[in-house]
Amino acid sequence: MRGPPGIAGTDGSRGEVAARIFPRMMTNSLLDSALSVERRPDGALLVRLRGAWSLEGGLPPIGVLRTEIEGGDISVIAFDAGELGEWDSAVLTFLAGVSRLAREHGVELDPSGLPDGLRRLLALAEAVPEKDDARVSDTGDPFIDRIGETALETHRLFKSDLEFLGCLVLALGRAVRGKARFRGSDLALLTQQSGFEALPIVTLVTFLLGLILAFVGAIQLQTFGATIYVADLVGVAMVRDMGALITGIIMAGRSGAAFAAQLGSMKVTQEIDALETMAISSMDFLVLPRVLALCMMMPLLTLYGDAMGILGGAFVGVAMLGLSPVEYLLQTADAVSLSHVIGGVFKGSVYGMLIATAGCLRGVQSGRSSSSVGDAATSAVVTGIVAIIVACGVFAFAFYTLGL
Amino acid sequence: MATAAPARSPAPAAITVRDLTMAYGDFILQRDLDFTIATGDIFVIMGGSGCGKSTLLRHLIGLNEPAKGDILYGDESFTAADPERRAEMLRRIGVLYQSGALWSSMTLAENVALPLGEFTDLEPDEIREVAALKLALVGLAGFEDYYPADISGGMQKRAGLARAMALDPDILFFDEPGAGLDPISARLLDDLIIELRDSLGATIVVVTHELASIFEIGTNSVFLDAETRTMIASGRPTELRDQSANERVRRFLRRGEP
Repeated sequence: MRGPPGIAGTDGSRGEVAARIFPRMMTNSLLDSALSVERRPDGALLVRLRGAWSLEGGLPPIGVLRTEIEGGDISVIAFDAGELGEWDSAVLTFLAGVSRLAREHGVELDPSGLPDGLRRLLALAEAVPEKDDARVSDTGDPFIDRIGETALETHRLFKSDLEFLGCLVLALGRAVRGKARFRGSDLALLTQQSGFEALPIVTLVTFLLGLILAFVGAIQLQTFGATIYVADLVGVAMVRDMGALITGIIMAGRSGAAFAAQLGSMKVTQEIDALETMAISSMDFLVLPRVLALCMMMPLLTLYGDAMGILGGAFVGVAMLGLSPVEYLLQTADAVSLSHVIGGVFKGSVYGMLIATAGCLRGVQSGRSSSSVGDAATSAVVTGIVAIIVACGVFAFAFYTLGL
Repeated sequence: MATAAPARSPAPAAITVRDLTMAYGDFILQRDLDFTIATGDIFVIMGGSGCGKSTLLRHLIGLNEPAKGDILYGDESFTAADPERRAEMLRRIGVLYQSGALWSSMTLAENVALPLGEFTDLEPDEIREVAALKLALVGLAGFEDYYPADISGGMQKRAGLARAMALDPDILFFDEPGAGLDPISARLLDDLIIELRDSLGATIVVVTHELASIFEIGTNSVFLDAETRTMIASGRPTELRDQSANERVRRFLRRGEP
């Protein structure tokens, strides 16, 4: 008979190996003698349970019983638990397995030899039969089905994105006509949160970006002895593109995620439902102030970031390249034109619009569980950054074509 | 509007549900729902977990659209109304959500004041006065400047009720009012519901499965069944308990005893 190891009557190597690998599983050696089966002449299979059974010791394999039952001539499985010590769910799980096995093979199960508590728990576990269609099928849908489902889902999402954009445009129209209903204090608070409170991080990141650009440029320009042009490089790069871009990315991670999380959790707590049933449009009341706040703050933050980047470049120019501060700043002023500044600020406000829209869109689309709020925040950042980068590419092409 | 409880006298219909089918995509949650909620009723929507009680409430207040059928407020269709007309109809109702759903960024007074500010021409200090009164009605005088996170779950529910009553609605909806409350608070809320019906003359619609509450306050009800996916009984809850022909309804109302 090829019994699984660990059962009395076969070799005890499993216990020893387990004990070497997992000292905690020493109790396995106890299990070696915890279970034995005996075939009675009257067609009963007597299962003896001995000693302590605990989940820490692992579950005993049920294979030996299967082998016996499949051997035939067994009409009933009986138990002898006279020497069973302390037990927990390990015994119960084992018994449930035995019971399932017995049902599969049309063998009767006689639980009378079990302690009262175990008998009752076993009855409880089997009191409600498994519902036929409850178990999720793991075979999955056919490949073609999944393609179709994905296409329909994408179509549905795209439609809801467009719907949101349409509603937002209408709401902006109402805002321009002064008919949108939201609280001024909300707008003020959001403006403070997404503007003033973002200054430290914007300072740090744009200053360092200016510094990095200056270093990269300096190495190349030093070979021509033209280090003063570091000022041109840093100034133009920051003001035209990098200032708005990096500020946008910071704000996507900061405000975009915050907006999505705020709206998503308001959906979970039914606060958005409460607005809708009071006939207050959540688009006006929640989305508009967020979009307006970011649209107002992004240009200002961009300007501020430009200045910090130039300062970062100047720091390198003065401290490492031996340029004088006045010289550096004059060179920057010469290189940077007003149209650069206006272009950069314009890009910044467009990015602000995109970030706020992405954040609110994902927040409104969020499901009603806490994990979907997390997904909404993640998705808001991803959508926001992708939108910014795409817009940046479009701007680069358009500005080049227009000769700006 | 009547001030006494017109429990059994024929009263005009506040809400009529006609041949309503509720579905999520292809999955039909409930079908063939047909009932009338009379003015002045405390109407209980009951049934086991997952049978679609709360979804029915969401349909009644316009958060979900019916797959089929019609919902009438008075004798005017709510389902077919255009958004503006619907907004006007919504102003006549108040909803207390299961978790209170207070706007967490506003104080209690601001929560109650928001609908007042949106839909009335009151001056700011008048609004503040009305809001304080509404909070006092639910036993929260003095808590005007607390934020929802600062008060207990029971108080949040009462504050939610104050907000639902802000515009003196004709119909008040309650989603699981007793859920998460200790027995005494739940009882007090039940008493408050009856008191509001009697004093304001409002019609009240309650979604719940708490038996004590169902028998105490319900004057009429509908029972949604999860298995057959339709309504299998309607009437006064105490009568259904004693006389319903349907065994599932009797078992539900007698905590599992046939």
